[in-house]
Amino acid sequence: MSQWKAICRLDDIPRLGAQVLTHPEGDIALFRTADDRVFALRDKCPHKGGPLSQGIVHGEQVTCPLHGWNLALETGEACAPDVGCAKKFPARVEGGVVLLEL
Amino acid sequence: MAKQKLVLIGNGMAGVRTLEELLKLAPEQYDITVFGAEPHGNYNRILLSPVLAGEMQIQDIILNDLDWYAENGITLHVGKRVTQIDRIGRKVTADDGTRAEYDRLLIATGSRPFILPVPGKDLPGVIGYRDIADTQTMIATAASKKHAVVIGAGLLGLEAANGLILRGMDVTVVHLGEWIMERQLDKTAADMLQASLEGKGMKFRLAHQTTELLPGPDGRVGAVRFENGEEIPADLVVMAAGIRPDTALAEAAGLHCNRGIVVSDTLQTITDPRIYAVGECAAHRGVAYGLVAPLFEQAKVCANHLAQIGIARYQGSITSTKLKVTGIDVFSAGDFMGGAGTEAILLHDRCGGVYKKLVIKDDKLVGAVMYGDTVDGSWYFQLLREGKDLGELRDHLMFGQSYASSHLGDTGHAGASSAASLPDSAQVCGCNGVCKGTIVKAIQEKGLFTLDEVKKHTKAASSCGSCSGLVEQILASTLGGAYQAVDTTKKPVCGCTDHNHGEVRQAIKEQKLLSIPQVMQALAWKTPNGCATCRPALNYYLLSTWPHEAQDDPQSRFINERAHANIQKDGTYSVVPRMWGGLTTPAELRAIADVAEKYRVPTVKITGGQRIDLLGVKKEDLPKMWEDLNAAGMVSGHAYGKSIRTVKTCVGAEHCRFGTQRSMDLGVKLEKMLFAMGSPHKVKLAVSGCPRNCAEAGIKDVGVIGVDSGYEIYVAGNGGIKTEVAHFLCKARNDAEVMEISGAFLQLYREEGWYLERTVHYVSRVGLDYVKARVVDDLENRKALHERLLYALQGEPDPWAEIAQGPRRKEFIPITLAA
Repeated sequence: MSQWKAICRLDDIPRLGAQVLTHPEGDIALFRTADDRVFALRDKCPHKGGPLSQGIVHGEQVTCPLHGWNLALETGEACAPDVGCAKKFPARVEGGVVLLEL
Repeated sequence: MAKQKLVLIGNGMAGVRTLEELLKLAPEQYDITVFGAEPHGNYNRILLSPVLAGEMQIQDIILNDLDWYAENGITLHVGKRVTQIDRIGRKVTADDGTRAEYDRLLIATGSRPFILPVPGKDLPGVIGYRDIADTQTMIATAASKKHAVVIGAGLLGLEAANGLILRGMDVTVVHLGEWIMERQLDKTAADMLQASLEGKGMKFRLAHQTTELLPGPDGRVGAVRFENGEEIPADLVVMAAGIRPDTALAEAAGLHCNRGIVVSDTLQTITDPRIYAVGECAAHRGVAYGLVAPLFEQAKVCANHLAQIGIARYQGSITSTKLKVTGIDVFSAGDFMGGAGTEAILLHDRCGGVYKKLVIKDDKLVGAVMYGDTVDGSWYFQLLREGKDLGELRDHLMFGQSYASSHLGDTGHAGASSAASLPDSAQVCGCNGVCKGTIVKAIQEKGLFTLDEVKKHTKAASSCGSCSGLVEQILASTLGGAYQAVDTTKKPVCGCTDHNHGEVRQAIKEQKLLSIPQVMQALAWKTPNGCATCRPALNYYLLSTWPHEAQDDPQSRFINERAHANIQKDGTYSVVPRMWGGLTTPAELRAIADVAEKYRVPTVKITGGQRIDLLGVKKEDLPKMWEDLNAAGMVSGHAYGKSIRTVKTCVGAEHCRFGTQRSMDLGVKLEKMLFAMGSPHKVKLAVSGCPRNCAEAGIKDVGVIGVDSGYEIYVAGNGGIKTEVAHFLCKARNDAEVMEISGAFLQLYREEGWYLERTVHYVSRVGLDYVKARVVDDLENRKALHERLLYALQGEPDPWAEIAQGPRRKEFIPITLAA
């Protein structure tokens, strides 16, 4: 059963940046947009497995550090013309705390 | 607020391209309605010739099918000709009574074939050559009739004649001029072309004026009569004697027309600012363009204004021509006839069927015409557009790009001029394994027009970029006349802006912009916070322009610079401690060995820059390793940055029996002076103690070679993607002078280079003479540059110590959930 869990404080993630959450099934990347929304994706680019958490965050996208694929934070889908998807995890912020449904 | 209404009259390439550009910029701004007189979606008119020749089908040349209009919410009226524009009521009316209101109106009615005003011009079987219907008429006529006459031996006429011959007709081309394609070719090239077309069975009547078209017994056209009274049989007459901008509608609406609808640099009609015109119907600075490349430029500018961004200007185009007759290569561009004040370089091999003429004025290429061998057409066209001084290139110019670049070094466009002759299976992009066939297929099937589009769709040229030149040539040979070489010096930084690197740098300096949001606001960035391409560039420009004032933004740096280590394919990092001048000590080596064991570093490697690389380190271990290395007196080697990397040295006069100068000593001093220097791209130096040059100074950004009397300084070498030998800059008498000159050169590069431009590209852009003038000849300026460099680098901390001891350390540690 999945459930919402408190992960960290919003301030633990740099604005337009990311933080990594270790997870037995593979790391999860937590992204923070310029307007303080948080998104979570499996920290693995569908292209060649690059750690998305290390990419540059812009708008609602992240650019993979290895080969420059752009992925939508909201869905995990690669931006056209690339095709692929990183698993997405529901995330929200409540009272300065980041919650994830795991 | 309700959406504004945009109406487009003319569903062709220029108009729809404008809509595409507009939708990219402002997808929600307008309710768009399109009127097209033809019963089709937008198709590639240039490719009608291959369709006529039987090499392509109609469906192959459709650019926007009806679904495209639906998907973009565009109301499309096909087969409806707009007959009236009511400028006061702001609405248009079509021939079937359909009406549409507009807030802004875009006219892209294109052109009509010029129909000679001779008796018989309205007979059945007399057509222009303009659209799908004309092409279908020609194909149908060719199936049952024998004699065709094409009036006009321009590009279009010859392509029509060629197609009709391939369809089995007996074709005579009638031309008023003394040689064919006189607007694109000089007489020599035209004669060669004519001979070759005659070999295909085409007949010519040059200097012939048509006076009448005579009906045959069936009431269709039957013969053509010339001024001299002669008659020839004709079951089909194709009028290809030129085009005229289709301005009837605009004129009726009271818009000022003079050889086209007169528009300003913003593509607005000069009569009514709500009305825009693009494409063949528009006259810009007295010119109505009939080729596709300028139309695309106009489309971009027009869209920018429709989207109310309002910063782009269209300033006219230089055009090039390529004839699409399979097996015959003709190319011309610019002022190919020459004349007063010009010189021409000629190559004419009549037997070999090759003719090339290059017209030069004031040491610049201003025109080119080629027959038989046109592989260098796009290269010449690029030289022509950029208006570069030819200098020493002139001696090799005629022999083409591959010869010239093998003799003069390539300036980053490492593309052999062989695109057309490559087999489809040939690998073009070595980084991503992309073959020519894949690129050609993507260009044709996806309708790609630019290098960037090819990069995105195929990945070719998207990694190291060394095949960009070749990919551009494949684009050029696949698209023919539709290809528009991008002038890289004016290319926008990225899709987030229309400004190029130079403009951005200038704005940051002149308006004293100090942060990325300030830049984005001042220059009307199109995205809220940029992208992975522009943010690192802006961050660099701010820091290099306003040292100690602009704040670094780690989130706008590529991960390597943010983590101060190099990311590897498995997500681990590599750590390279600095070894000044490639020198180390037993104590340092011991500390490195300890760190490698303590953190179980799987790979330890000696780098090309004379230091040691510890590979396979977990990110969370980085700060701990740095602390241990710091404790042993070592600092970051910046092996990961767009910054100073290493100063490679040979042992020099300290030990070497041949050494003339103390190269290790100078190398260490240079490396200490430049510590932590950020730059547009990486910077590598080398110091050799004698001309044997064991430190390989000839392929460095700055290479110093000791000679008996002092030093020789070389700049802008490159050992990377395309090996480039450094240019001799000047001599220096002593260490202090080397340091001042090297520092001044690097500061000039830091202040003027574009992000990700290596010194080799920077120097090739601005010219070595410019660099010499600023750094060698102008002593005061040299000193000032050097001082600005020293000021900028003042107090630069070791980034490893800063992070290990500072608040950013937590970014390196992942979050773990309590079980």
